[in-house]
Amino acid sequence: MFGYIVRRLFSAALVVILISMTVFAFFFLVPKDPARPLCNLNGRCNEEKLALLTEEMGFNDSVVHQYGIWAKGLFVDRTISFGPKYKCSAPCLGISYSTRTEVTEDLKTKFPATLSIAIGASIIFLPLGVFLGVIAARNRGTFIDRGLVSFSILLYSIPFFVVALVAWIFFSLTWQIFPDTTYVPFTQNPATWFWHMLLPWLVLGLTNSTAYARYTRGQMIETFGEDYVRTATAKGLHSRTVMLRHALRAAIVPIITIFGLDFAYLLTGTLTLEWIFGIDGIGRWSIEALRQPIDFPVVAATVLVAAVIIVLANLVVDIVYSVIDPRVRLV
Amino acid sequence: MSTDTSFLSGSGSPSTRDDVPFLVVDNLSVRFPTHDGLVQAVTDLSYSVSRGQTLGIVGESGSGKSVSSMAILGLHPPQSTRLEGSIKVGGHEIVGAHEDQMRKLRGADVAMIFQDALTALHPFYTIGRQISEAYRVHHDVSKSEARKRAIEMLDRVGIPQARSRIDDFPHQFSGGMRQRAMIAMALVNDPKLLIADEPTTALDVTVQAQILDLLQDLQREFDSGIIMITHDLGVIAEMADDVLVMYGGRAVETGPTKQILTHPEMPYTWGLLSSVPDVTASVDARLIPIPGNPPSLLNPPSGCPFHPRCTHRDKVPGDLCTSTLPDLLPSKSSGDHFRRCHLPDPEVIYRQEILPEIAPDLAEAIIAGDEDGGRR
Repeated sequence: MFGYIVRRLFSAALVVILISMTVFAFFFLVPKDPARPLCNLNGRCNEEKLALLTEEMGFNDSVVHQYGIWAKGLFVDRTISFGPKYKCSAPCLGISYSTRTEVTEDLKTKFPATLSIAIGASIIFLPLGVFLGVIAARNRGTFIDRGLVSFSILLYSIPFFVVALVAWIFFSLTWQIFPDTTYVPFTQNPATWFWHMLLPWLVLGLTNSTAYARYTRGQMIETFGEDYVRTATAKGLHSRTVMLRHALRAAIVPIITIFGLDFAYLLTGTLTLEWIFGIDGIGRWSIEALRQPIDFPVVAATVLVAAVIIVLANLVVDIVYSVIDPRVRLV
Repeated sequence: MSTDTSFLSGSGSPSTRDDVPFLVVDNLSVRFPTHDGLVQAVTDLSYSVSRGQTLGIVGESGSGKSVSSMAILGLHPPQSTRLEGSIKVGGHEIVGAHEDQMRKLRGADVAMIFQDALTALHPFYTIGRQISEAYRVHHDVSKSEARKRAIEMLDRVGIPQARSRIDDFPHQFSGGMRQRAMIAMALVNDPKLLIADEPTTALDVTVQAQILDLLQDLQREFDSGIIMITHDLGVIAEMADDVLVMYGGRAVETGPTKQILTHPEMPYTWGLLSSVPDVTASVDARLIPIPGNPPSLLNPPSGCPFHPRCTHRDKVPGDLCTSTLPDLLPSKSSGDHFRRCHLPDPEVIYRQEILPEIAPDLAEAIIAGDEDGGRR
């Protein structure tokens, strides 16, 4: 198991490095004058100024060399200059072109917002979805089941941004129940943090729960047909015990797997949600960085963070899988 | 069909002590409504099992042998099952009984051993936990007491180092060990009736023999009745006191094992016997498969359910086979042997046509015996 984790971490690191290289190459190879956007930002731009900036930022060096400098910055402090000089302390992900702040520092303030959303929403949608799925499966074919499934498909088929927008318009704007949904750090004021996050949590939690209700329902119904569930009934166990301790225990395994990957995906940024509720998180940050002029250091950082999260989540899911399914041995 | 309700209780086996058999199934029908129509899985089935006795139920897949036994435990979901007739366990009617009552019965008075222990045991719980759970459902004991009981049972069914193997998961056991664990789990509450649904089908022959021996030992020890569901006549010959042959959801022949295996009077049973390889028989003996396919349970054949596959149909006068369902009537040769067949003289056909085909040596011996008898 230990050897397995070490090997997986090694390959995970490899994947992250490859992704960072790809992103780096992609962004540096495509534009003709990578310094032009910045030059435009710094007031009037002329050929002389552009040439100076291009040289200063190292764009005249080979892409490999530039990548080397960027990657080295993850471990040692470096100084970045485009016009003025900026100190960037390790782990340095560069200086944002638009805000002129250290990307790492921005990440530190924006990631907690996204993390708050992901955790809060998960606490709602995972138990709620599983609960509804179990109820539907147990009452399969009855109006309870049909009602739950229809409602779930209905909610699922409405685009998420519509749900979020309608929720914001009514609960935040019109009725003023959650007038402010911006992110306040937990460490600063837990009560405000909770109150501000509650509407985004509910919106994301309820919409996501429909998918989990349907996964769970399907898994449960499949598990009901398993021999070991029949064995459990034949032992004389109460149907509730059979359902929860035997059927759900087995049905939950693939759901946990899906959840692990979903959670990782949420951590890479809940774009629409952050945008509508004005939360300063990873999702909004990464989409804003793509506006012209492209804020390359931020884009590289968000892609890198997303890669790390997805790769780690896969590892965690595999490890958790081996814990909840004793037949799986990690070697 | 009320004539055949108590055919087993009068079979006179020495281990029968109760006047009323522990299990009495009377006119049981199990049907499943589906989109395509009503699946008539079991029709008018009657049998009984006393404690200490073994009833073997034989038949092909889909003949209703498992379905009828699962009904004894009420394992068919009530919403999608139509149960008719009567099942009395220890004198209590269980058709239509409340779920709470069924729960008390399951695993305690009647326990079941399933065919494939790998799928029938929960993959995520240890063997010990699953056995303890079965014990604790019916006994108000602590976890450690239940665990002690589980170790005791594993030991009893011949699992070496039960104390350490108890914390293994099912997939860490071999096939034979898993089946032993399954048996331990079924016997943990000293059930009065054990339903073994093809308990040895998934095992190789040597392990199969061990498991059957174990079941017989345990039966003597606990004095439980056993229903042995199988399609293996070898298992029947070794284990069963009585046999019930099922076809298309109905009983087609029933009686004491020795009688049925040596003097079968129903063409389907002949077919079963013909398709069993016999190692003691001459190598010239032929294996004769039963032609055709098992009948549809949605649209059962008219008349005798076996008539489309029966090679002896022409020996029955008129279109009796295709038009009229034969009753389960006593055989001429033995009072506790019943068969559902229109043939007027099945025992003669068996001796003259079937036996020479499947066991020529035996047939010669019998004919020789007859001649000896004639000379004397």
